[in-house]
Amino acid sequence: MAQSCVYRELGGTSPRYWGLLALLAVPLALGAAAYFYIEHFGHIVTGMDNQIVWGMPHVFAVFLIVAATGALNVALAASVFGKTAYQPVAPLSALVSVALLVGGLALLMLDLARSDRMIVAMTHLNTKSLFALRVVLYNGFLATVAVYFWFMLERRMNRYIKPVAILAFLWQLVLVTGTGLMFGFMVARAVYDSVLYAPMFIAFSSAYGTAVFILILLAVCNWEERPIAGELLRRLKNLLAIFAGASLYFAALFHFSKYYLARSHEVGQFLLFDGGVYTALFWLGQVAIGGIVPLALLLRSRVSRRTVAAACALVVLGGVAQMYVTIIGGQAYPQILFPGMAESSSFFDGEIHPYTPSVPEVLLGLGGAALAAAIIAVALRALALLPERLDPTAGPQA
Amino acid sequence: MSADANEALSRRGFLAISAATLGGVMLAPGIRLIEIAGARAPEQAASKRVRWGLLIDTNKCAPGCDDCVKACATENGIRSTGHPRTDPQWIRKVELKDPRSGRAHSAPVMCQHCEHPPCVDVCPTGASFKRADGIVLVDRHTCIGCRYCIMACPYKARSIVFQDVTDQNPDVPRGKGCAEGCTLCVHRVDRDQQPACVEACAKAGHNAMIFGDLNDPQSEIARRVAKYASTQIRADLKLNPGVRYQGL
Repeated sequence: MAQSCVYRELGGTSPRYWGLLALLAVPLALGAAAYFYIEHFGHIVTGMDNQIVWGMPHVFAVFLIVAATGALNVALAASVFGKTAYQPVAPLSALVSVALLVGGLALLMLDLARSDRMIVAMTHLNTKSLFALRVVLYNGFLATVAVYFWFMLERRMNRYIKPVAILAFLWQLVLVTGTGLMFGFMVARAVYDSVLYAPMFIAFSSAYGTAVFILILLAVCNWEERPIAGELLRRLKNLLAIFAGASLYFAALFHFSKYYLARSHEVGQFLLFDGGVYTALFWLGQVAIGGIVPLALLLRSRVSRRTVAAACALVVLGGVAQMYVTIIGGQAYPQILFPGMAESSSFFDGEIHPYTPSVPEVLLGLGGAALAAAIIAVALRALALLPERLDPTAGPQA
Repeated sequence: MSADANEALSRRGFLAISAATLGGVMLAPGIRLIEIAGARAPEQAASKRVRWGLLIDTNKCAPGCDDCVKACATENGIRSTGHPRTDPQWIRKVELKDPRSGRAHSAPVMCQHCEHPPCVDVCPTGASFKRADGIVLVDRHTCIGCRYCIMACPYKARSIVFQDVTDQNPDVPRGKGCAEGCTLCVHRVDRDQQPACVEACAKAGHNAMIFGDLNDPQSEIARRVAKYASTQIRADLKLNPGVRYQGL
């Protein structure tokens, strides 16, 4: 089907395009400056301490990585599950996936307290560590998607797309499961310690990735006034609605299980009612802005591009809020060494730990997101990855 | 065989048996003692026959006394930078109060030197490792500062160094950006000395901490563990820590 479309690069000679790159260069430069600043002075210049050791860079990095695997869903729907309506946008879906993953991984590496030892991270692998395993899984995922990408773009290889797409699908499943379990298997912390993180992260990944993908698709089509078929938009909005609904379901199940079971009741109470900023971010950010409002927008029968874009942006905002609650909130809640006892110490045992993100770490995080955006912008200029028209006159219909 | 030959053989045999017995009597206690103490030459690797551990009697641990914490800081070159939230802490006194009965007591908490340490499981580079004799350490050459071990430790026993470290103890190299925690004073243990905290506790007259080989039934720690009820912190996680507590 893809052969019937005319794929075209972004118009690259226009000052608008160079203006876009210049705009992206600002957060990239600020991110680089923030990295060198933190690298030089140490993590003392971040808001992190020995109670909250993973800060804003992790919030951005894990969001980007989780969204990366989900951004491939649209391509896989076309190549694995035969939803031909998505075929014309499959290459863009694969590109967004790779770009988000590279941005997230770069952030994880740059936030290491000994980032000068990146080579050690690559050459010494503890096979029992989910973190190390993820390094292998990420690189394998990048390689698989690269091959899938090549098979989609090279017409002679088109017939081999399905097997490599199935491999990418399975790889994606293992990868998100691994990311979820990295938190779920941390039995030491009450907010984690639940295997529900695996399916919950699959739902989150699908929602965030699809939202980012649709946002970029709409941005490109708006940029060059490429038409989009109402049918494709309708399918995409329904897909996002399903993923947003699934995310809400798993979030509800997770919080209910924490609250209901006596052994984790207190942490459930903290997250749902007493957690201050974390409670607010959960209800207002993750549930309302990232779940209920976009669902209400998406489930209307007739929606415009603008409404879909607004819903996507809300899902992304809700996703960042969710990552903040999961990562920072998970560390802010005290570790319980002696269940049933009131604990206190010079190392802040038994206390809710405060955290205020510093400017450099937020800039570093934004730099990672800008890196992903820059990769997409440059790739779309260099490669013909999106059809000129995504409407019935040229594009295929399911 | 002639009678002379028999006589000669028995004399030679007698001498051989005497020499062997004498040698045995002289060497055996030494060999046995080496086994008991687990002591080894510097070039020898740590033995898995030894399981170093601590037994802490919280009934003897005086509230307000932090001699063990001070001794640890002096021994390992840990100095306050005036930022308590970012300063590493290898050992701390946790004050405990039972809200139902009102009973209050305190316990020193440090790396529990688990048999199945989560920090070792999660470390991406293998920098977090367990020595054959049960001491859990960080290889400062391969630690990349990812902080996953801090996230995974149930005992809040690991810290990361946020700032440059000066005036270090040559026996205890530390560095900005690396994870660290109680080493059970491995440099002292390898010289057949007690960890600094244990020595300080005894010096203060509390004797709340006993250090020794849990695998040696003759050691004081093993005999105490066999005789009196002791518990492990978060025993439900089944990590089998080498640090045990009495009176919790």
